[in-house]
Amino acid sequence: MGILRIVLIRVLYAAALLLAVLVLNFSLMHLAPGDVADTISQSMGGADQEILDEIRVSYGLDQPFIIQLGKYIANVAQFDLGYSFFYNQPVSRLILERLPATLLLVITAQIAALIIGVVLGVISARKPKGISNYLVTFLALFGYSAPVFWTGILLLITFSLNVHWFPVAGMRDVTIEGGFWTHFFDVARHLVLPAVTLGSIFLALYSRLSRASMMEVLGSDYIRTAKAKGLSDHQVVYKHALKNALSPVITLAGLQFSAVLSGAVLVEAVFSWPGLGTLAFQSIIARDTPTILGILFFSALVVIVGNLLTDLALRLVDPRVGGRE
Amino acid sequence: MKHILQSMLTATAAVAILASGAIAEDAPRKGGTLVTVLGSNVRNLNPAVQSGIVTGYPGAQLFAAPLRYDEDWTPQPYLAKSWDVSEDGLTVTLNLVQNAVFHDGAPITSEDVAFSVETIKAHHPFKSMFAPVVSVDTPDEHTAVLNLSKPHPALLLAMSGQLMAIIPKHIYGDGQDPKTHPRNTENVIGSGPFKLVEYKSGEHVILERFDDFFIEGRPYLDKVVMRIITDPAARAIAYENGEVHMGAFESLPRIINRLKKVDTLTVTDEGYGGIGPLDWLAMNTTKGPLADVRVRKAIAHAVDKNFIHKALMQGTAADSKTGIHPDSPFYNANVEDYALDLDKSRALLDAAGYPMQGDSRFSLTIDFGWPGVKPQVEYVKAALKKVGIAVEVRASADFPTWAARMGKMDFDMSWDTVFNWGDPVIGVHRTYSSDNIAKGVWSNTQGYSNARVDELMAMAAVESDPAKRTALYAEFQEIIADEVPVYHTNTLPYHTVFNDNVGNPPLGIWGTSTPIDMTYLKK
Repeated sequence: MGILRIVLIRVLYAAALLLAVLVLNFSLMHLAPGDVADTISQSMGGADQEILDEIRVSYGLDQPFIIQLGKYIANVAQFDLGYSFFYNQPVSRLILERLPATLLLVITAQIAALIIGVVLGVISARKPKGISNYLVTFLALFGYSAPVFWTGILLLITFSLNVHWFPVAGMRDVTIEGGFWTHFFDVARHLVLPAVTLGSIFLALYSRLSRASMMEVLGSDYIRTAKAKGLSDHQVVYKHALKNALSPVITLAGLQFSAVLSGAVLVEAVFSWPGLGTLAFQSIIARDTPTILGILFFSALVVIVGNLLTDLALRLVDPRVGGRE
Repeated sequence: MKHILQSMLTATAAVAILASGAIAEDAPRKGGTLVTVLGSNVRNLNPAVQSGIVTGYPGAQLFAAPLRYDEDWTPQPYLAKSWDVSEDGLTVTLNLVQNAVFHDGAPITSEDVAFSVETIKAHHPFKSMFAPVVSVDTPDEHTAVLNLSKPHPALLLAMSGQLMAIIPKHIYGDGQDPKTHPRNTENVIGSGPFKLVEYKSGEHVILERFDDFFIEGRPYLDKVVMRIITDPAARAIAYENGEVHMGAFESLPRIINRLKKVDTLTVTDEGYGGIGPLDWLAMNTTKGPLADVRVRKAIAHAVDKNFIHKALMQGTAADSKTGIHPDSPFYNANVEDYALDLDKSRALLDAAGYPMQGDSRFSLTIDFGWPGVKPQVEYVKAALKKVGIAVEVRASADFPTWAARMGKMDFDMSWDTVFNWGDPVIGVHRTYSSDNIAKGVWSNTQGYSNARVDELMAMAAVESDPAKRTALYAEFQEIIADEVPVYHTNTLPYHTVFNDNVGNPPLGIWGTSTPIDMTYLKK
């Protein structure tokens, strides 16, 4: 069976899935009482009925549900995600504007968590009964179970208030002037606390998984052989064991990346990070249907494309996959 | 408690006088970048079509109004160097300053004033502000004459603060819908002391000094950065560590009290009389037991305001007894106060024909629209249980859900927060007027109707004599306090926070919704 045909089938599935995502979410949003005209009026301190009606008419909110839905789907089919009533901007522009900040945050947090998590996992796997193992376990469980908004505020109080190491909020300090490197280090400074907060969740996953997988590998025959050959401890662990122990961790990391868009919502809210999470949060509160649907559409698209790529990659790497078809 | 509150108020006033005296001695320093915050994302920088406290702050820096107000509710010249209200109150003449220009260098003329009035009349959410204005004559470039269908004393306040932005006709008069005009957020050309450098949704608004501002030597600041920080705890830390110089509309009692203890910060509730934010318990007067005024009075007697002020608001909010904010010159404090009296409450309920049957007399629901006021509704539930009213708390998923319920009067009781927006005609009448029943959220959602109240509001709206107007509103407040369609409990504890480096922060009646051309940085 050709790769092309598989891709084609998957694309058709994906289109159906996207349609379902849109119809379902659009209907759910419509079922809830109230609409964006109410939140617009809220942000204005109230409005006369006449103005509210005018807003509803100009945004088509007075039309029947089916017509609103039909128009929306037709627009999306032409890759037009619509216009945000709340932000007075095209949704696609809103999303693309916010995407870089979220990607920067999530990728930094992921990579840092991955590296630190693996190192901690290896350390604790080497001495499963040592004090470092208990410390790592404690840190991992704490990071995983503490709510991120709490961790975030705690870090803020410690590192922004008690010692002035890192700024409180935002992604850059607009009052500083200078060249590329000044701005680079400024963004980096702003990035530390949000990335640590977000990374604390991933860190737990990676360190536990790499610990377990490392312990399994360290107990296998070829490691004993390597030790018997007289290789140093260091060489055994880092040259022989680690490579094999890493593969489940990498798989997990791949899976986590599809959660890029959803993972950062709370962290972004705490640190006023100008990313997609903040946008999603605000548009849900504002009942800004086009923006919410746009973000959901975008997330669904990322997940579908991610899964498709994973499938194809597995197919190429492991000939057994897809053999049944 | 009342005395303590009063003496506290006096003490605050004394400190304020001392502080303002101290400021007057310092010569304002020129230059510097003021870093301030916005508590939520600003979506539109044009106050002519977008009302609200978030747009008000940048809006008042970008656009000038004809008038400005001092701390005593007295109008002062701004873009209008003088103004005149005719004897019959039917024409208001504005004499504009001669040298005023927009940020693109075009002169500000009476044509722009006429265009602004027209735009605001058509698109601003508060129709009552300019409804009586029939036409605007422009006899010459610097004179605008507003012709009214009836005397409209509220007009002066409606021409100040953020309520009347003078916008350039040569930009907004191009036929596009002013509400969604691209220049509301990009390359904004205004008439105010600061011009736009950069606006990034969700991040910041950056303004810089407009060198050709029509008031010589102002503004003092070179640059104003408004950072958008939505998390109140993060904002508090930013004030404390000095990252942010000033911010307004802080409303969480816990955070206000914590910031008050910081030596470098001043935390004040001055500057909110114009906006006039009030918290209250709304009651649907059209159905069930609440249609009986005795039941509403019984509820007022059973809900202890003292508990709300001390325990829930932790001393950060002021008492408010009527629908007019206590800072307003029209506020009448001599009205029925409903001291806590459970026996009287029970007697009223008995008299209304609701005796105890088993555990309770009857049951009611109470709604709330945002999580912050959940303690208030939980308290009302507990307080009313003592007099035999079973209360069920109904949560709403979000603001629109609650707003839709309120707008349709699908509720018994609800916690509510409503703003005065300057003159009572703009923000107060809407709650009690019988021709504004159930017209969306923050209309007369109580279904309250009283012919005398309607009459008083109609008379006050056209009364040009301030003393007579005050008397009319005094009677109006007595009646609404007596009939309790709304049980008024407290002001919303908005506070402005600024650090020692800030000179002359905006603490007039409009707070930060006024130009900060006189604010400066001490070092």
